[in-house]
Amino acid sequence: MHIIESGNVAAATGVKLARTEVIAAYPITPQTPLTEKLSELVDSGKMKAEYIPVESEHSALAVCIAASSAGSRAFTATSANGLLYMSEQIHWAAGARLPIVMCVVNRGIGAPWTVWNDHQDAISQRDAGWIQLYACDHQQIIDTVIQAFHIAETVRIPVMVCYDGYLLSHTYMPFEIPEQDAVDAFLPKFSPSYFLDPKNPANLNTVTLPDIRPDVRGNMAPGYMEIRNNLHTDMRKTISVVEEMDRKYQKTVGRGGNPLIEKYRCEDADFIAVCLGSLSYQLRDVVDTLRGEGIKTGVAGIRLYRPFPDKTVAAEFVNAKGLIVFEKALSYGNQGALYSDIKSALYRNDNRPFVHNYILGLGGREIKTPDLLHAFRISCTDFRKIGDDPQWIGLKL
Amino acid sequence: MTQKTTILTLPEEELVHPGNRACAGCGLSIIYRIGLKALGRDTILVVPPSCLTVLQGLYPIAATQLPCLNVTFASTAAAATGVLGALRAQGRKKTTVAAWAGDGGTSDIGIQALSGACERGENFIFICYDNEAYMNTGVQRSGTTPQGVITTTTPIRGKLQKKKEVPAIIAAHGIDYVATASAAYPLDLYDKIKKAKTISGPKYIHVHCPCPAGWGFDPRYTVKIGKLAVETGLYDLYEIEKGKFQLTGPSRKLDNKKRKPVSEYFKTQSRFKALSKKRIQEIQQSIDEKWERYQDQAG
Ligand SMILES: Cc1ncc(C[n+]2csc(CCOP(=O)(O)OP(=O)(O)O)c2C)c(N)n1
Ligand code: SF4
Ligand SMILES: [Mg+2]
Repeated sequence: MHIIESGNVAAATGVKLARTEVIAAYPITPQTPLTEKLSELVDSGKMKAEYIPVESEHSALAVCIAASSAGSRAFTATSANGLLYMSEQIHWAAGARLPIVMCVVNRGIGAPWTVWNDHQDAISQRDAGWIQLYACDHQQIIDTVIQAFHIAETVRIPVMVCYDGYLLSHTYMPFEIPEQDAVDAFLPKFSPSYFLDPKNPANLNTVTLPDIRPDVRGNMAPGYMEIRNNLHTDMRKTISVVEEMDRKYQKTVGRGGNPLIEKYRCEDADFIAVCLGSLSYQLRDVVDTLRGEGIKTGVAGIRLYRPFPDKTVAAEFVNAKGLIVFEKALSYGNQGALYSDIKSALYRNDNRPFVHNYILGLGGREIKTPDLLHAFRISCTDFRKIGDDPQWIGLKL
Repeated sequence: MTQKTTILTLPEEELVHPGNRACAGCGLSIIYRIGLKALGRDTILVVPPSCLTVLQGLYPIAATQLPCLNVTFASTAAAATGVLGALRAQGRKKTTVAAWAGDGGTSDIGIQALSGACERGENFIFICYDNEAYMNTGVQRSGTTPQGVITTTTPIRGKLQKKKEVPAIIAAHGIDYVATASAAYPLDLYDKIKKAKTISGPKYIHVHCPCPAGWGFDPRYTVKIGKLAVETGLYDLYEIEKGKFQLTGPSRKLDNKKRKPVSEYFKTQSRFKALSKKRIQEIQQSIDEKWERYQDQAG
């Protein structure tokens, strides 16, 4: 069924179709309408789930952590300061290997206060051990939310589905809602191998020591270091799981095809713009214009940001002369996080393209297509002018 | 009133293994052993970082036989909410969910989540064992450390501020069951947990819990000191059921004649050594006034 609705409603619809059992959330702009929609679905009886109106984001994720530990499919959503307020729990959920799904409706972080879009919130949590997927439009939001549960439950690692605040969360666009039957065929019931159960008691997330220790039968059990190594190893395996889930989704629901990176006119491109989120669709216009000028450009939207598909990046961009990374976040005092990741992925190649970094759109600063065009053109034509330091687009003072 | 449990009628089955990691003479290990008997096997525990995390054992060995979720310090009551949500979603409605936290995890960092859960009316039992400081991290002051007590963050003059009255704060949420208990009277605690299990909605039990390591007394005096706190009228055992306050057990039997001077309690522990005579007199006076009020209410 096709409908025209907001990105937040697309996300809520995905959560419903995934038959989520426990939802806990705390309102924050621009995530709020998603929370409201879910409470409406549950309150009206249209969705069979427990909706828990917690008193903070820290508690929202606590509820999900505990519900997931007790064997239920759990969901939460937040933005910006809400995400940071959860930070301790974000790391906890990953360490405890709980397949929670969370929508991060991307917004800049205070101080000073801003409610508008950038990516600093999700980027600041990139090292927590969560899978991060970025959606570019409403269709991708609903499809990615549904896939996220399957990915999370397959590898027992939580997933953030990130989408741009306001630009996607509050705009209305047409998208297709998959049939419940198709979703059910895609997404099996959540049945974890262990969960909190008085008949089979276990003490979860116990204190560990620096070394490995034997259990009561004398078998060696992993220590903290082994447990963390498992998380990393499984994160690396997740790259192929994301691809596999995309193929399965194509078969059962009928959409997909860009599990890791979504490319536009990249096949013969000399210069490729790289970014996260809806910006990649805006950059398509710029690519078309530059192509009209005879400059062979393309744009690649990174869909899977963590684990980082570094080998795919290295292989895909092996023939490019230049990569231009446009980012709505940065590691203060250094450079854009995506920029660093792209550069380190390319290090394995013998022939490395030049890589530029543009910082833009922080706190919702309008990203003007002519500005993008100007920057992209300079990078392609006069690339030696620009060094390794990030260039800021859209600064007015 | 239901029959009081005695040492003869207490279930024999042990749910806490011998040889756990608590210090010798730990009040918590007394109430945990008896408390789990009252909760029974069909229980899921939620525990934040505290001495209890250590008592329960180091991975991969557990000192208890109940399923337990270790959670972050501030999130105990919210995590209990999440367990309840999952149990409801799965139709596993009979299982008891019990949160068991220290005074720091309850009255300080955990109070927001606890207040939220009480306001939402979550069907859980929250047990706070009050050893009156952050013991796990080496005896720092907490919101429930009494005035005058020496801790590692109130090392010279003792704590300047008063003890936070957590049961009163929780009672102000209008929940149906709030009770206090003491490690020195474990069977009283047993009966209170049993009663809590029959009530739906949030139940809060605050347990005074002597700690030889943090309070500065010989481990053999744990019960004696716990009793002195009650016998001096400093720490009272009571229940607030549907808003109705009533002293219970040994506190109920206490009267102005039987009540011992509070100085007897103070002199048993090195943590009170900064208390001046004047201060002790003031505390004695406030206890006397409190007991006058109790007597007025009763009369
Ligand atoms: C967010 C956070 N802050 C601080 C700590 C360190 N910490 C662990 S246990 C503890 C004190 C616990 O005190 P209490 O709840 O009274 O339990 P007790 O140790 O006295 O049994 C502290 C401060 C932590 N684990 N997490
Ligand atoms: S420090 Fe106190 S509360 Fe903690 S285990 Fe030792 S005696 Fe028990
Ligand atoms: Mg304590």
